[in-house]
Amino acid sequence: MYEFFKTLDRRWIFLMMFLAVAVPILIIGATGRTFPEEPTSLARAVFHAIEDLPEGSKVLLSYDYDPASEGELSPMATMFAYHCAAKRHRMYFMALWPVGPQMVDDTIENVLKKDFPELEYGKDYVNLGYKSGYEGVIKVIITDFTELYTTDTRGTPWGTIPMCQEVSSVQDMDLLVNVSAGYAGTKEWVQYAVTPYPKLTMVAGCTGVQAPLLYPYIPQQLQGLLGAIKGAAEYEALVTECYGARMARRDAEGNPMVDDDGMYVIRGKYTEGIRRMGPQLVAHLLMILLIIVGNVIYFVERRKEGRR
Amino acid sequence: MKRTIPLFITAIGGFVLIAAVFSGYTQSWGEVAAIWFDVLAAIAYILGGGNLMKIHLKKISDRTEGWAYSVVTIIAFLATLIIGLGKIGVNPSEQFPDYAWSGSYREVGGPFWWIYEYAFKPLTATMFAMLAFYVASAAFRAFRAKNLEAVLLLGTAFIILLGRTYAGVWVTGWLPDWLSGLKLENVTVTIMKVFNTAGNRAIMIGIALGIASTSLRVLLGVDRSYLGGGEE
Repeated sequence: MYEFFKTLDRRWIFLMMFLAVAVPILIIGATGRTFPEEPTSLARAVFHAIEDLPEGSKVLLSYDYDPASEGELSPMATMFAYHCAAKRHRMYFMALWPVGPQMVDDTIENVLKKDFPELEYGKDYVNLGYKSGYEGVIKVIITDFTELYTTDTRGTPWGTIPMCQEVSSVQDMDLLVNVSAGYAGTKEWVQYAVTPYPKLTMVAGCTGVQAPLLYPYIPQQLQGLLGAIKGAAEYEALVTECYGARMARRDAEGNPMVDDDGMYVIRGKYTEGIRRMGPQLVAHLLMILLIIVGNVIYFVERRKEGRR
Repeated sequence: MKRTIPLFITAIGGFVLIAAVFSGYTQSWGEVAAIWFDVLAAIAYILGGGNLMKIHLKKISDRTEGWAYSVVTIIAFLATLIIGLGKIGVNPSEQFPDYAWSGSYREVGGPFWWIYEYAFKPLTATMFAMLAFYVASAAFRAFRAKNLEAVLLLGTAFIILLGRTYAGVWVTGWLPDWLSGLKLENVTVTIMKVFNTAGNRAIMIGIALGIASTSLRVLLGVDRSYLGGGEE
């Protein structure tokens, strides 16, 4: 056994990692059960930043990520849109990444159009799309939207969109929500929007590698932060706890379904983060096991060399 | 002249942006400079595309190792560019039905949407997903407790790996309330909020000071390395 691990081909590690992720996905998919989530203070801060705003507040949602990090960020992006829609906030979607508009389209299609058909484009939500310039875009729209955004993504002039008539710059927003996979993203929004204009309130969701770099901005410049899938799962737990009846699957009579424990059976798209915590748990345990085995081999070999 | 004019533009742009921060009167100047930046950033895409073509055409022409990948790159680039810019297969929008190009290039079912949905999206997602395999392999081979620093790093990694999952709750869930600070999920938060934040703030302040001094050198024309090694 020792010799096997000492000369372990990396393809075995790849296979173990594949199984560590695939098996929990299949089990969770088949049983519908996963691990519970206990929201941390940061997730609660994000939740309350949206929840405590009065109905009809103006929320700017900047989706600065691409399909590479969609697995990590789309659950929180979905939940941000759902939470804002459920609270009847007005949503201004935009993107600093070239394929960000596709991320926005997916969210609008899967969340707003399917579960909030009563919301009207232009009055309740608008997709402003992508503009090139990264932090340069923030620097301009922080004082004047129309310098860059003369139309929305559909080509409708800014002045003819009802909800756009009420805002002239980012400073008119009641809350900034950023979903970020790197540059340009949360750090740039903090540096060029929130820091020079401290009255602005911002919350964000980011990838795991970004989170440690954003902690220094909490809580003054960044009111709350969702770090990777764990953050998304915590936020999902909070939103589903609050809006479970609305998010639940429906039975034949249209009533929300409940499980044996009396909990609402939430639709899959709103529990993506929680469900992905299962594979993450097993993958993390595998990583720890591999590190321990690697170190055991290292110390045994070192002792052998010492004897020689 | 080739160096003097860019130096002049850099200095003007930089000092205008600095002045815009400190005075309300000059704030609008900074906004104009920022718009110029955005226009230049858009034009940079053309430069980037041209550069990509130049590099890969040269590889194909020289038949350097892996030139076939360059062929794939150029075909993919040109196909996406032509389909996207030409809005091929896109129907006019409902608002402006008389204008052939008024539809969105991202129209569902269109060729550009197809490229994004069935080529770009799965390919980039796959690349990112492969990280898990390489990280696991690297952790097994390289993460060794060789000295005190490595032991501290290893210990922190274990706490974070466990604390970011339900395993953390399960392992230390039995601790009484007065020891809740030692629960793994809470230790994880403490590490991130205290140790990580302290270290990151120190690094950020150092970087900021470095950027300030380097920027001044560039604006004053002392550091001209960004202009390349061309003739005057």
